[in-house]
Formats: sequence, C-alpha cells, structure tokens
Amino acid sequence: MNRLPRCFCFLFMLVVVGHAYAAAPDGARLYAQHCAVCHGDSGTGGVGVPLALPGFQASVDDAYLHETIRRGRPGRVMPAFTRLSAAEIDAIVGHLRGWRKNTVAPTFATTRIRGDVHKGAALFAQHCASCHGDQGQGGHGTGVTFSRPRDLPIIAPALNNPGFLAAASDSQIKATLMRGREGTPMVSFLKQGLSEQDIDALVAYVRSFAATAASAQPATAIDDEPAMLMMESPYTLEETVEAVKRAAVGKNFRLIRDQILEDGLFPAGQQNTRQVMVYFCNFKFLYDALALDPRVGLFLPCRVTVVEREGKVLVMSINPKRLSHLFNNAALDRACDEMYKLYEEILEEATL
Amino acid sequence: MRRLLRGVLVLLVCAVAVGARAEDLLMARSHAQFEESMAALQQAIGAQGYTLSRVQRVDIGLTASGFTTDKYRVVFFGKPAEIRALSADHPDLIPYLPLQIAIFAEGDETLLIAANPVHLTAAYTDPELGAVFARWEQDLRAILDAVRQAE
Repeated sequence: MNRLPRCFCFLFMLVVVGHAYAAAPDGARLYAQHCAVCHGDSGTGGVGVPLALPGFQASVDDAYLHETIRRGRPGRVMPAFTRLSAAEIDAIVGHLRGWRKNTVAPTFATTRIRGDVHKGAALFAQHCASCHGDQGQGGHGTGVTFSRPRDLPIIAPALNNPGFLAAASDSQIKATLMRGREGTPMVSFLKQGLSEQDIDALVAYVRSFAATAASAQPATAIDDEPAMLMMESPYTLEETVEAVKRAAVGKNFRLIRDQILEDGLFPAGQQNTRQVMVYFCNFKFLYDALALDPRVGLFLPCRVTVVEREGKVLVMSINPKRLSHLFNNAALDRACDEMYKLYEEILEEATL
Repeated sequence: MRRLLRGVLVLLVCAVAVGARAEDLLMARSHAQFEESMAALQQAIGAQGYTLSRVQRVDIGLTASGFTTDKYRVVFFGKPAEIRALSADHPDLIPYLPLQIAIFAEGDETLLIAANPVHLTAAYTDPELGAVFARWEQDLRAILDAVRQAE
C-alpha cells in the first residue's frame, strides 16, 4: 500500500516536470507551433495580419503584443492563447521582434489621454469610419485568399474589440493616429490636418467603445447548441431525398450531387444505399462566407443526409451555429445563423 | 496519508486536464504549392490507414459561377469498416462522417484545416465515441504533420 502513494507522487512529479519542460520559453518554436499557420513563418501574414511589417512593429509596444496574444480578439478570428504562460508569450514577442532588429520597439505610457468624446465621434465619422466601420467594428473578412487583394497587407482592425481595447494604450493609439502606419492604408492624421487636440478627442472616442465592447462577446456557448439538426420524415427514403432536393432548390441552392455515405469507401454493390447525402450550394453565399473566413469551406458545400433505419426515415444536417463557434469570427456567426435557419426550413419542408 | 493521496490525485487530474485542452481547429501551413500539398495530403491520408472517399472541388464550382478564387478543395476520407460501424451504432453522428480536411492555396503556400473531432465530445457523450474522437485527433495531427514535412 505504501507503494501506491509513492507511485502517485512520482506520476505527479512527472506531469509537473513535463509541463515545466513544455513551457520552456523558446519563442521560435512557440511561434511555429501556435502562430505561423495564420501569420506565416516569417510574419508575412495570411489569414492573420503581417506581424513583420515594419510599420506595424514600429507602432506597437511589447505590452500590446503580449496582451493581444493573451486575450486574442473575441469574434475576430485571433484566438486567446490562455494556455500560454507569461514567459512563453514574452518569448513569442521576442521572436517577433527578432525579424526587425533595426526597428526599435516603442514603449508607451499607460496613462489615460483626456479628450472631447463628442468631438472625437464627429472626427471618427469623418476620417476613420470608412475603413474601421461606423462603430469601430473593423474591416470585413480575413485571409488573403478571398477577402482582399494581395497588395493590401492588412484589414482595418476592429477598434471596438474588447481584446484591442485591453491591449492598446491610449498613447499607442495616439501615436498611430499621429504618425500613421507605414505600408498600410493608415495615414498620419497630423499630416491630414488634424491638431493634437483633435487626435486626443479621437483617442477618447475610441476608448469610449469599451462601454459597449462587452456586447461583442458571443451570446451563447458552444455547448448550448445541439451538434446536429434532425427530423423524421413520413415518406420513403427515395421520396425524402427528392423532397430535400426540391426544398434546397426552393431556397435558391444549386444541387451539386447526391451520394451514398459509403461511396468511395466500399465497392459498388457492397454499399449501404440507405444513407444518402444530398449536397447543394448557393455559390454567392459560399463566396461571401469564404470572404469572411477562408477556413469555413471545411463545412461546405451544404449537405443534408437522409437515412433509413429500423423502418424510420431521418433527415439530418450539421448545426452551423455550433460549428461557427470553432472559428471565433462574429461575422461568420451571423452567416451561420442564417444558414441554420435555411437548414431548418429545408428539413421542415422536406418532411412536411 | 489518504488525504495526501487524494490531494495528489486531484492535482494530477487537474494538471493532465490543463495539458489536454484541445484546440478547436487543427491547422497546418505547407510551404509547397497547392498541387504538391494536395498530393502529399492524399498520400498522408492513405499512410495513416484511411481511404479517400471524395475530393470536393470548391474552386471549380465558384469559378463556374463567375467568382474569382484560388484553389480550394475539401478532401473526405474514412476507414470503411469504422464508418459503417459508427453510422450503424450512432446514426446521429452521420452528419459528421466521413472525416474531412479543407485545403486551399494561399499565394505560393497551402493551408490545411480540420475541425478537431474532440469538439464533438460534449455533444456525443458515449465514452466509446470519446476515444474515437481522441484517436481521430491524433490521426489528423499526424496527417497534417506529414503534409507539413513533405515539402
């Protein structure tokens, strides 16, 4: 019996030592593991913003980068890396800085900048809203593939995002407004004719977004949503498949194909033919969804599966609302809400 | 002594749980161009013991409808006997069968994305399925690693 506690202690030590080893702050390794897939191996950007851009590196401090990694951008694709320790995040920041050794990383004071919020609101509408959105919600989409031409390296950030507001100091926002960000469409507003007082007003207005930033959080958790939608059909499998097709076409989808689940997995003649997948697509919707997030093609084109089982015919699909949570993309959440309603309607119509 | 043992156990479980928290999406970047990455993906799927079921050419449909797009495919695959058994025992899992990986060009490089099957664990609570999802996660990671290293 004495051996058992010793064994557990040994196991516990193994886990603790294992974690400590895994947490060894090797910035390059951590970057490759967590960041490179979106931001590119050398920070040239892609789904994520180009972190190596000199204009970006020169206008953000290490605290901003650290907080951005820690908190992410809720609803704007960039996840919160809550599992990384402070030392690991610092190591990643150090790695990012290594790309631009000639660029001196700025440091910004954390003191609040006072300004006239009402004046800031008017200036924002006039000078900023066209890129950052009328509520500071940022530009649309992500990724170079669908949503922006390759000569535009960056999408206007969401200034009303709680992650941004927590990461960016007033001084940093002010410095960006005054100097602009070279290599991006963000220009110097001093050069555009604004005074320092105007810029302080803009900073105060951007900071005022914090009051409404909490509403940007997703209203539901992933586990509140069922994984799939399912209805029972009163018709035969063949009739139901045809009904699904009619319902999809009635919702402006184009039929792609119908296919047996086991197609390609078993030779013809040995397949279970009572599990039929109907694929359909609205290419405009698909294109728009891919512009919001090029990764979402993973769950496209649309599919409804009709299954005959124990004398019952079931019609089922994924639940887009649940899957949307995987992408941390509020714009995509809205598209998936729409898709959810369409799936529901198709399932209902096919089983009426 | 029992208290100590219980404390150690609780700490051990917590430590393992923290270490095991899953990412929602499994992603990989290949430095190879799309065609090479696609070939590597199909090879990796086979090497991991899966059968390719179908390749959905998303870009072809988009282009035919007048939209400009880079190369974009969705690759479906599974282990035939496993898909048959799961669809028979757990018909409510069918919308998630077979497994799939999206692959698309990003300039001269290629991105690959898969949903982490472990995200289904909360909805499908059968422990047997939990083990299947965990194994799929490992297999998907191995496939993505193989494509990444194939360049």
